[in-house]
Amino acid sequence: MSTLVSSAPAEAAQLRPLRSRLMPYALLAPAVLVTLVIVFFPMVQALVTSFYDLVLWKPNATRFVGFGNYVKLLRDPVFWTSLGHTAIWIGLTVPLQMGLGLIAALLLNRDFPWRGLARALVIIPWALPSVVIALMWRWIYDPTTGVLNDILLYLSIIHSTVPWLADPQLALYAVIATLTWQGFPFFAVMILAGLQGIPQSQYEAASIDGASSWRQFIHITLPGIAPVLATAGLLRIIWVANSMDVIFVMTGGGPGYATHTLPLYAFIKARQNLDFGYGTAIAVTFTILLGAIVAVYIVRTMREVER
Amino acid sequence: MNKPSTLKRILTTDIPVVLIILLAIGPFAWMILTSLTPTAQLSASGVSLSPAGWSLDNYIRLLEQTSFLGNMLHSLIIAGGTVILGLVVSVTAAYALSRFRFPGRKIIMLQFLLVNMFPIVLLILPLFVLFRKIGILDTHIGLILANSTVAIPFAVWMLTSYIAAIPRSLDEAAMIDGCSRLQALRRVVLPLAMPGIISTGIYIFITAWNEYLYALTLGGRNVRPVTVAIQTLIGEYQIEWGLLAAGGVVGALPATILFLLVQRRLIGGLTQGAVKG
Repeated sequence: MSTLVSSAPAEAAQLRPLRSRLMPYALLAPAVLVTLVIVFFPMVQALVTSFYDLVLWKPNATRFVGFGNYVKLLRDPVFWTSLGHTAIWIGLTVPLQMGLGLIAALLLNRDFPWRGLARALVIIPWALPSVVIALMWRWIYDPTTGVLNDILLYLSIIHSTVPWLADPQLALYAVIATLTWQGFPFFAVMILAGLQGIPQSQYEAASIDGASSWRQFIHITLPGIAPVLATAGLLRIIWVANSMDVIFVMTGGGPGYATHTLPLYAFIKARQNLDFGYGTAIAVTFTILLGAIVAVYIVRTMREVER
Repeated sequence: MNKPSTLKRILTTDIPVVLIILLAIGPFAWMILTSLTPTAQLSASGVSLSPAGWSLDNYIRLLEQTSFLGNMLHSLIIAGGTVILGLVVSVTAAYALSRFRFPGRKIIMLQFLLVNMFPIVLLILPLFVLFRKIGILDTHIGLILANSTVAIPFAVWMLTSYIAAIPRSLDEAAMIDGCSRLQALRRVVLPLAMPGIISTGIYIFITAWNEYLYALTLGGRNVRPVTVAIQTLIGEYQIEWGLLAAGGVVGALPATILFLLVQRRLIGGLTQGAVKG
C-alpha cells in the first residue's frame, strides 16, 4: 500500500504539523474501532472455533481438532448436496432476476403518463421484510387453500393441487421463484438508471441509418448498460448466495435436505444442534468459496474509487 | 420521428407495464386482502375479493390479543439506535475519506467494502458467543451492535460519495475565515450533506427494521422485534393466515412507507456508483 500516495503529496504531508496529519485517523477511529470489535474480532473467533469440536451445551467437552471439522465436512453428503443447491440457487436466481429486471426497466423507460407511479410501485417487493415475503409466499403456495393452485386449476394448467413446498423435487424451485420476485426490482432500478445514461442522440443517429429497434437494442442499449449489469450482477450473486432468511422461513431447509444451501446448513447445524465448531467450519468454507466473487467485485469497485 | 398513436402506446407500453406492476404488487395485495377477510370466512369460502366481506377483525385481534404494539416498540428502539450509532461514527469517517489523502486510506475503504460482503452466518455464531460472554444477549444494545455490522460499512460508503460531491473549496473558504477543521465540518459540510445523511439514515432504518436472523438468534425472548413476532403468530395447531397476514401488513408498513417517501433520492445514491462504471 506504500505506492498509494504519490511522492509530491507525501513530501507535503511531511511538512505539515503532526496534528493535522493525524486528523484523518482520529476522524476514522470510531468507525474503524467499532467494526474491528463487532466484525473482525468475531471473524477471527469464527476461524478459531472452526478448529475446535465445540458443542455449546457441553462446554467441558470442547477440544482442539485441527482440520478435523473440515475433513468431516468433505465426507458429509449433506455438505455436497447443499453445495449443489447453492450453485442452482445462484445460477437460476440471479439470471432470472436480471432478465425480469431488464424487461421491467425497458418498459419503465418508455414514455407513458403514469410512469412515476409505476416506477414507485415496482420497487415494493424490495422494501418488504424477508419474513413477510416468506410467509406471504407460503400462503400463496399453500397446497389446500393457496391461491396459486386455485389459479392454475382454473386455467387447467394443472389437474390436481400441487404441494409446492412439500415436494422435494419442486421446493427449491418454488423458493427460487420467490427470491426472483423479491430481487428483480433491484435490477430494474439499477438498469433504469443505466438506460437513462445512454445519450438519445445515439438512437436518433441509428434510426436515421435505418437500424431496426432490435439492432438498436443489441448495438446501443446492451453495450450502454453492460457496466451496470456487471456491477449489479456481482452484487446480487454475493447477496443471493448469503441470503438464507427467506428459505429458512419458507421451508426451514426441508423437506429433508431439499432446500439446504451452504449458509443455511451452517446456520441450522449451529442453531438446532448447537454444534458451533462444525457450523462455523461450514460457514468458513462457504466464505472462502464466495471469496473469489467478492474479490472480483472489490477490484472493480476500488478501480472506480481510484478515478 | 412521428408520434405513435395512443392506441399503439397502450398496447405496447401500458398493458405490459400493468402486467409487471401486477406481478410486483400482486402478492402483497393478496396478503392485504387476506388480512381483511375474517378467519371464519377465510376457511369457509376463501379470501374475499369484494369490500362487502371485509372487516378489521384480524387487526383488532392482532392489537388486543397479541403484544404486537410492544414488538413494534422493540423494533423502533433497535432500528432507531442503529441509525444513530451508524450515522454518528460514519459521518466523521466519511469526511476523512473524502477530504484527506493519507497512507492507509485505500485499505480502510477496502475494509469497509469487504465487511459488507461477509456472510451473515459467519458473523452470527461468534457474535452469539461474544454477546453471551459479555451478557448483552437478548438486549436492545446487543441487537443495535449486531445491526451496525451492516449499517456502518454501508453508511461510510454512501456518505463518502455524498460528501465528496460537496466542493472542497467550501470548507477551505470556511477555514480561511477562521474555522477549524471540525467547525468547517459541522457548520459547512454537515448542513450541505444533510439530504444524503437523511436518506442514508432512512435506508439503515429500513434494513434494521426488516432484519430477521440477528433478531431471531441474538434476541427473541425479552427483546422480540416485529420480524420475529410475526412468525410466532402462526397458531399452535393450524396456521392462522388471517392474523398472520394482518401482522405482516402492519409489520411491513413503516419500512414500505418510508421507502416510497424517499425512493427517488435513495435510488439516486444507490445507483450512482453502479452507473459511473
